[in-house]
Amino acid sequence: MATDNLRQALLIIALVFTGLSAIADSKILATGGVSGIEGGSGGGVNPWALISGYGSSGEWGATAFSTHVRIDDFQLWSRGGALAYGDRVELSFARQTLKVRPLDTSIRQDIVGLKIRLIGELLYSRAPQISLGVQHKTLEDNAIARALGASDDSGTDYFLAASKLWFAAAAGRNLLTNISIRHSRANQNGLLGFGGPGDPSRWTAEMSAAVFINDHWLVGADYRQKSGQLSSVDEDDWSDIFVSYLPNKRLAFVAAWAELGDIAGLQDQSGFYLSAQVSL
Amino acid sequence: MNTASGCAVSEPRSHRAFPAAAFLASVALAVATILSGCTSMTNEPLFERLGGESGLEALADAFLIRLAEDEVVVATFDDTDIDQFRGHLIDQLCELSGGPCTYEGRTMAEAHSGLNISPKQFNSLVEDLMQAMADVDIPLGARNELLGMLAPMYHDTIGG
Ligand code: HEM
Repeated sequence: MATDNLRQALLIIALVFTGLSAIADSKILATGGVSGIEGGSGGGVNPWALISGYGSSGEWGATAFSTHVRIDDFQLWSRGGALAYGDRVELSFARQTLKVRPLDTSIRQDIVGLKIRLIGELLYSRAPQISLGVQHKTLEDNAIARALGASDDSGTDYFLAASKLWFAAAAGRNLLTNISIRHSRANQNGLLGFGGPGDPSRWTAEMSAAVFINDHWLVGADYRQKSGQLSSVDEDDWSDIFVSYLPNKRLAFVAAWAELGDIAGLQDQSGFYLSAQVSL
Repeated sequence: MNTASGCAVSEPRSHRAFPAAAFLASVALAVATILSGCTSMTNEPLFERLGGESGLEALADAFLIRLAEDEVVVATFDDTDIDQFRGHLIDQLCELSGGPCTYEGRTMAEAHSGLNISPKQFNSLVEDLMQAMADVDIPLGARNELLGMLAPMYHDTIGG
């Protein structure tokens, strides 16, 4: 599989990178974001305009992460990493495994992402930092998706994200906001396949806001509209509230409570989201 | 958000009935309420919250100590008259924060031209300043406000 080759390539690059032990330390804490469930830098559930890691111009940055989501009838694991160059370009990979407990079965999806910072500096420009992203998603287990009426096993999402830090905006604390628009055909982010009897594609919006309680702790919320177009089952927008802890530039942890609505006919899915990340 | 009795936080309702912006706004307001509702909000000018003239002198000294230990930026200051730099920095921070001073140094673009400062160096100096502000116990809100005033100077400072 092309994605397997890519994953190996990423792994080799990461190993070479750690071998050189050029540990990037050139950005302010938290400005590399944390790993999202789709692999690239973001707040957790939504990708942001930030570039992974702590590399600045001419330097590499890299991240590896593991995320676990446990909601009523499902468990999701997402693991992967990202490689970034010059706080400008980010290449990411995520392997998602969704366990569907009532059916005692699992669905796997691979996501390769590319994100480019177009303009702006999260901390320093009046305009927000704006990035363009592409995520190519490939569903490896399509039985459930096909049974529910999805027309394809792979799809490509495009998104434009704008992130900005507002100094001392919330009771003297810094506020980080992100707004994105996404063009996608994915049902439940691709885990239930792509396309269906409805429109061939859809524009959706994503929003996040987080307050820095201090330099190391953030509290925030995400809202993510969904593009699902299966007629057999409903798909709801996602929302969550999260706490992130970044003890230093090497480690980041996120704990969240997520409300994911109806998924594949199972109603009102909600539960915990836990994520850990290492940055080089 | 603050009621007369103290720090009430409104119950979030089900997200289903909620548009996205209202969901985020309610969480942000709840957080702001928790952070500010139980402590008295201060309207003291920034200059006062930085500790006035003596506070800024202490900050400048803590900052110079951090700078001296910072391998990424210290060489940039090899040819600098540190006493003059210190004085101008104090005046600049004093004026910016609304204190009774006038900055008489060069513009940021003039002062930093020819130094070819990189984003990495800029970030490193910002970290020195953040640590220096913590070293002299400036309250978090005042730290963030000052950083917000200095942040836009990035574009005049780097590259030149
Ligand atoms: C927001 C960020 C910054 C502020 C507010 C600031 C402020 C100042 C001030 C007030 C002066 C004195 C100008 C004068 O005496 O006419 C100065 C000079 C200087 N700054 Fe900055 N600066 C910033 C960023 C940087 C950075 C990132 C570096 C290097 C890494 C740097 C290196 C210098 C040097 C070397 C001088 C002395 C130049 C000379 O001696 O001719 N500054 N800066």
